[in-house]
Amino acid sequence: MNIGIIVFPGSNCDRDVRWATEGCLGISTSFLWHETTDLNGYDAIVIPGGFSYGDYLRCGAIARFAPVLNSLISFVDKGGKVLGICNGFQILTELGLLQGALTRNKNLHFICDRANLSIESTKSSWMKNYKKHDSISLPIAHGEGRYQCSQDVLKKLQDDDSVALRYADNPNGSIHDIAGITNKKGNVLGMMPHPERACDEALGNIDGKLILSTLLS
Amino acid sequence: MSLFKARVFVHLRPSVLDPAGEATRSATKRLGIDGVIQLRIGKSIELEIEAANKEDARSKIELMSDRLLANPVIEDWTLEFKDEQKTLTN
Repeated sequence: MNIGIIVFPGSNCDRDVRWATEGCLGISTSFLWHETTDLNGYDAIVIPGGFSYGDYLRCGAIARFAPVLNSLISFVDKGGKVLGICNGFQILTELGLLQGALTRNKNLHFICDRANLSIESTKSSWMKNYKKHDSISLPIAHGEGRYQCSQDVLKKLQDDDSVALRYADNPNGSIHDIAGITNKKGNVLGMMPHPERACDEALGNIDGKLILSTLLS
Repeated sequence: MSLFKARVFVHLRPSVLDPAGEATRSATKRLGIDGVIQLRIGKSIELEIEAANKEDARSKIELMSDRLLANPVIEDWTLEFKDEQKTLTN
């Protein structure tokens, strides 16, 4: 098992993810600079949180054109697992691997808090260790996490069982309390909460560990 | 080749909530101006582009607007050319 973490100029959760996967779970992990195009030998790719390329224009809008993301599209086509966390989720929507878009929080604040979440689907390979409607708590830290999509897309997400996570107490105004979604096939998961920040007992919460530990099974 | 000047105006779709616009609207009352019913914020992007002709410039800017400058999931855009243009010599 090999995990690759994509690093953009401006990523800032890359080392947190590595600590979670390698330090807490013992999975071989390496960093992939955004100019890399070779994703051979990786079983899963994580796009971490941060502010890729400064997030100018829109979050993820410039990152979307990074060379590594062309390779990511074929990686996904071949069934590779991809997890986008926070800015990673924003990038996956800009790239079109996930539907919808992330917009400015309704209350305009950057929210740094802990969010109670409900597991809405266990279809995705990342969520298979949970049961539907399990409750977990994960840290959130974002200014633009309000998930938006058209009514047609919302219906499609629900019909495809692609809504992965919902907020118990919606902090940012996301449509239908959505905190995370998957693609139709279930190998790509995007989520605003940070599972990598909830993997170490020392931090007082290991609710995120089950998501990342699916990689071990 | 000619040089064209254009402006792309990117704005949120009407169905998408604009909390920044709403916050700004509330400040108009504090300024003492009543009656502002709606205020929405967009982005104005000014471009200078070299192209064979205006249609060529237009098609390049349209591609750019659809794929980079705006996110069609949440935003619409409009394009306007500025009058002045000059022919490049080289």
